[in-house]
Amino acid sequence: MKYFGKKLITLIMTLFLVSVAAFLAFQVIPGDVVTSILGTEATPEREEQLREELGLNDPPAVRYFHWITGVLQGDLGVSYRYSKNMNEMMPVAELIGDKLPVTLWLAAVSLVFIVAVSIPLGVLWAGLSDAAHGRRGGMLARVGHILDAALGVVTQATMAVPSFFLGILVTYLLGIVLGLFAPGGYVSYQENFAGFLVYLIFPALSIAIPKIAMTSRFLRNSMLTELSADYVRTAYSKGTSKRRVMYGHVLRNAMMPVVTFLGMIVAEIVAGSIVVEQVFGLPGIGRLLISSISTRDFPVVEILILYITFVVIFVYFLVDILYRVIDPRISGT
Amino acid sequence: MKQSGSGKWNKYFVAGLFMTGLAVLLGIVGFFWTPYSTTEMSAAEKFAAPSMQHLFGTDNFGRDIFSRVMQGLGTTISISSLVVLCSGSVGILLGAVTGYFGGLLDEVVMRITDALNGFPSILLTLVIISVLGSGRQNVIISLGLVFVPSFVRIVRSEFIRLRDMDYIKRARLMGVGKLRILFVHILPNIFSVFWVSVMIGFNNAILAESGMSYLGIGVQPPDASLGKMLSDAQGYLQSAPWYALAPGLTIVWVVLGFSLFSEGIRRNQ
Repeated sequence: MKYFGKKLITLIMTLFLVSVAAFLAFQVIPGDVVTSILGTEATPEREEQLREELGLNDPPAVRYFHWITGVLQGDLGVSYRYSKNMNEMMPVAELIGDKLPVTLWLAAVSLVFIVAVSIPLGVLWAGLSDAAHGRRGGMLARVGHILDAALGVVTQATMAVPSFFLGILVTYLLGIVLGLFAPGGYVSYQENFAGFLVYLIFPALSIAIPKIAMTSRFLRNSMLTELSADYVRTAYSKGTSKRRVMYGHVLRNAMMPVVTFLGMIVAEIVAGSIVVEQVFGLPGIGRLLISSISTRDFPVVEILILYITFVVIFVYFLVDILYRVIDPRISGT
Repeated sequence: MKQSGSGKWNKYFVAGLFMTGLAVLLGIVGFFWTPYSTTEMSAAEKFAAPSMQHLFGTDNFGRDIFSRVMQGLGTTISISSLVVLCSGSVGILLGAVTGYFGGLLDEVVMRITDALNGFPSILLTLVIISVLGSGRQNVIISLGLVFVPSFVRIVRSEFIRLRDMDYIKRARLMGVGKLRILFVHILPNIFSVFWVSVMIGFNNAILAESGMSYLGIGVQPPDASLGKMLSDAQGYLQSAPWYALAPGLTIVWVVLGFSLFSEGIRRNQ
C-alpha cells in the first residue's frame, strides 16, 4: 500500500513538471500572439484589450497558475487559430472533445489486434523453436527449424518498416489493389459507428503490425528462457502433457515481462497514432497536434501534450501495479 | 560443427554490410552527382513507370525518382549521422561522469533521463520543433536532444560496471589522473557495447527524421527528403504506386541493413 502511495506521488510530481515544462516552453517563443490573431491592422486599443483578455500582461508564474487551475477545473483555455464565430473564441475543450474518441478507439482497436495476434503467435513460435532445437529430431524438427527462421526474418523485416510507410502500403495493397476499403473515405463515428470501426481496422493494422512483430519475438524469447528452467523438466517427468506445460506453466511465467513490454507498447501506440492519423486522414488528436504545431496554436499544443503525457504516465503506473498483482514476489521498495 | 550465424563474417554482418554500404554509397554520390537533374521538370515524361532509363520511374513533374531518392538518402543519412554524433558525444560525457563519480549529479541526471525515457520520443521532438520551428538544423537539434538519454544510460551502466575493476583500482593507486582513467582506461572498453546502441540510435534517427519530414515538420524544400517524397506520392498511389514505393522501400532497406549489421556485430563479440 505504501508503495502505491509513493508511486502516486511520483505520478503527480511528473505531471506537474511536464505541465510546467509544456507551459514554459511556449513562453520563450518569439512573435506576438495578439498580432497573429488580430493581424497587423488592428488598433492599439483593441490589441491591449485582447492582451488583457488573454491575461498576457501578467507575469509567467501568475499565468501558469491561472492556466493550471483552469485546466484542473476543466477550463482548457481558448485556441488562437480557430474561432466559433466572429466574436467568440474557440474553447480548446470543444476542439478536442469530438476528436478524442477517434484516437482512443484507434488505440483500442490496435491494442486488441496486438494482444490477439502476438500472444498466440509468440506461443506457437516458441513451440516451433523448441521442437527445432529439441533432441527428438525428425520431420517436426526440420519443419520447425525452417518456420522458426522464416518468422525471424519476417519479424525483423517488419520492424524496419516505418509506420507511415506501412500505412501507405496498407492503403495501396488492401485499399487500392484488393479494394477492401476506400482510402480517404473516413466514416464519422457520430454518423455510423459500425462503419467507423470498420474503417479503423486499416489504420489500426498499420500501427499493430510492427508491434505484433516485436511482441511475439519478445514472448518467444521469454518462453524459450522459461522452457529451459528446472520446473519444466520436473513437470514433464511427472507426466504432464506438453500442452499443459506450455500453457499452464511456461506461458504464465513468460507473460510477466510481456506485461511490462505491452505497457511500453501502449505508449508507442499513442505516439504511432499521431503519424498514422495523418496517413489515413483520421480527424483525431494526433492530427490536431500536428496542425496546431504548424499553425503555432500553442494553447492547443500545451493541452494535447499534457493530455498525451498523462495517458502514457498513467499506463505505466497501471502496468507497475498490475505487475505487482500478478507476481506477489516483487514487494514494494 | 560451427554454429551458423556466428564468427566474424556471419551472414547478418555480410548482409548488413552490403545493404548499408550500398545505401551510404548512393547517398554520398547523390551529394555530387545524380543520373538526372532532381529539379528539372518534364511534362512529356510524367509518371513514367520504372524502366531502364528511369530505374524507379518518374514523378508527377516528370522528375527521375531514383535521382531524388539518392539525394534524399544523402539528407537522411547525413542528418542521422550528425544526430548520433552529437547525442553520442553528450551521452559519453554525461554517462562517464555520472557513472564514475555517482553522487548528486548522477541522481539528478538519472531522474531526468528516467522521465524522458518514459515519454514517447516523438512528443518531445514535436515540442522542441514547435518551439524552434522546422528546418534541417532544428531537426538535428531536437533529435539530438531526444536521443541523449538512451546513450547516457548505456554509457553510465558500463562505467559503473568497470569503475571497480581491479585494473582501474590499480590505476587509481598509481596516481593516474581522473580524466585519464575516464577516457583512456575505461572509455575504450565500453565501445563494443556502445557501438550497438549507436547503430540502434542511428536507425531510430532515420525513422524519426523521415517521419518528421513526412509530417511536414522536418527538413523543408529545397532539401530533398524521403519522408517528404512519400507524403507527396500518397496522392498518386492509384496511378503511380512506384512513386511511393521507391522512397518507402529505400527507408526499409537502410533500416533493415543497419539492424542486420548491428546484429552481426553483436554476434561477433
